[in-house]
Amino acid sequence: MKNWLIQHVRVLLFTLRRLRATPGSSLLNILVIGIALSLPAGMYVLLQNVQNLAEQVAGTPQISVFLSMDASRDDIARIGRQLKQHEAVGQVEFVPREQALEQIKRTTGLTDVIGGLTQNPLPDAFVVYPKKLGSQALETLRDELQKWPKLEHVQLDSAWARKLEALLKFGRLAALILAVLLSFALVAVTFNTIRLQILTQRDEIEVSKLIGATNAFIRRPFLYFGLLQGLLGGGAAWLIIMTSLYLLNGSLAGLVQLYASSFTLRPPSAGNTLALLGFSAYLGWLGAWLSVAQHLWQIEPR
Amino acid sequence: MYRIVYFCFCFCFCFFRVIRVFRGSGLAFEMIKFNQVYKRYRGGYEALKNVSFEIAEGEMVFLTGHSGAGKSTLLNLIAAIERPNSGSVVVKGQNVGSLKGAALPYLRRNLGLVFQDHKLLFDRSVFDNVMLPLQICGFDHRESAKRVRAALDKVGLLPREKANPIALSGGEQQRLCIARAIVNRPSILLADEPTGNLDTDYAADIMGIFKSFHQVGVTLLIASHDAGILRQFGARMLTLKQGELQQ
Repeated sequence: MKNWLIQHVRVLLFTLRRLRATPGSSLLNILVIGIALSLPAGMYVLLQNVQNLAEQVAGTPQISVFLSMDASRDDIARIGRQLKQHEAVGQVEFVPREQALEQIKRTTGLTDVIGGLTQNPLPDAFVVYPKKLGSQALETLRDELQKWPKLEHVQLDSAWARKLEALLKFGRLAALILAVLLSFALVAVTFNTIRLQILTQRDEIEVSKLIGATNAFIRRPFLYFGLLQGLLGGGAAWLIIMTSLYLLNGSLAGLVQLYASSFTLRPPSAGNTLALLGFSAYLGWLGAWLSVAQHLWQIEPR
Repeated sequence: MYRIVYFCFCFCFCFFRVIRVFRGSGLAFEMIKFNQVYKRYRGGYEALKNVSFEIAEGEMVFLTGHSGAGKSTLLNLIAAIERPNSGSVVVKGQNVGSLKGAALPYLRRNLGLVFQDHKLLFDRSVFDNVMLPLQICGFDHRESAKRVRAALDKVGLLPREKANPIALSGGEQQRLCIARAIVNRPSILLADEPTGNLDTDYAADIMGIFKSFHQVGVTLLIASHDAGILRQFGARMLTLKQGELQQ
């Protein structure tokens, strides 16, 4: 067991040395992998940020329930109770018509116009905060409330939220397609690097086979190389994303200040970073494995 | 897969027990046994025809014949680099011709191979060249370094351990190849034209090294087209002529 571990550590050190022996091409390979990965990963980070921003701006979605003008106090109390007991409803806030009128006077500065009215044109209203926030759930709730008696109008202002959600969905799909395509590119890059290595080490592989090396022994350094190259490529992608976010945040600060808001682009979470590194390392390993499987059997001692 | 390895392990274990019994009784045990072996290449060329012989444990045997007589093919069959078309090649009780690919490395670890073209690696030092077989077997590093130095000392290359093999002369390269073949302490040593393009002094030098292995009980099979140098040693000789063994 200890011997086995030492052997693996030795292969790892050997692989590191091999990477360092050709710094130019190693760096280029890592950079290619890094750039290829940073495109979909960076896109994903931006989308995540847009979603955060949307949630921040929109707050929790709410449904405004306007009662008919002829609703009596009993009706109001009954509807209030029903709303509170409804399972999809989280919180209910009652806005009496007088209060609504006051609010309009204060916020819009239309005091004169409203003062000229002979009677309050506004209905009583409930503001409903639903438990579930998905657009589907919101619409079902609205449609259901619409059918209740003594309700004039139920308004769900989720159209823009839906548009945004659809847009994000589209963006995520685009990022996914990009990720899949560039993953192939990454596998291909590793495949080719390993192929070249196998060709240049033909003699060593042949001699090793002749003096009793198992296929696993011959395969190991190449697999480690692919894994390591993928991992470093993932690290490069992470650096690219972090640098881009830093630069974007710098120019964003000026823009955001004009809107008196404090929005900054958030870096990928630790979990996402780990996923990125793990995924790129896996792809590197896969490319190496495919390459070794393809080429190693061709080198048989003669 | 594991079952096969386990089976081989048990088999080898029993096998060595049997060897011990044979040794105790003073019987010589055959290390290599050819039984009516034929080797045909594509295009119908017959490299070996009906070859049968046995080599006992600890024996030193010379294999001679003109170039193209099938010497290299015969050695390749023992190391399972090539497979016979018919007949059986048995090495230490294992039928080499029917070995699975995964079992080949373990067969070859028992063999020391000395190649005509040396097959040295020029991207590493003399020391690391000899180290390779031990690395492959997963030996402890310190123990292997000792063994490598011992092997280099035996062939007289210890002072050159840090040199690159490309800086060595032909004779030195041949001796390096021998050091690599014996560092694993194999029970069988196969050498293909070990004195191939060396002058007589060097050749005698190398034959001397082989003789010292013979004295410690290694089974040797040495192929050479130069029967003159072999005759001096008075060992058993197998002569191949156009793929057939002359008795």
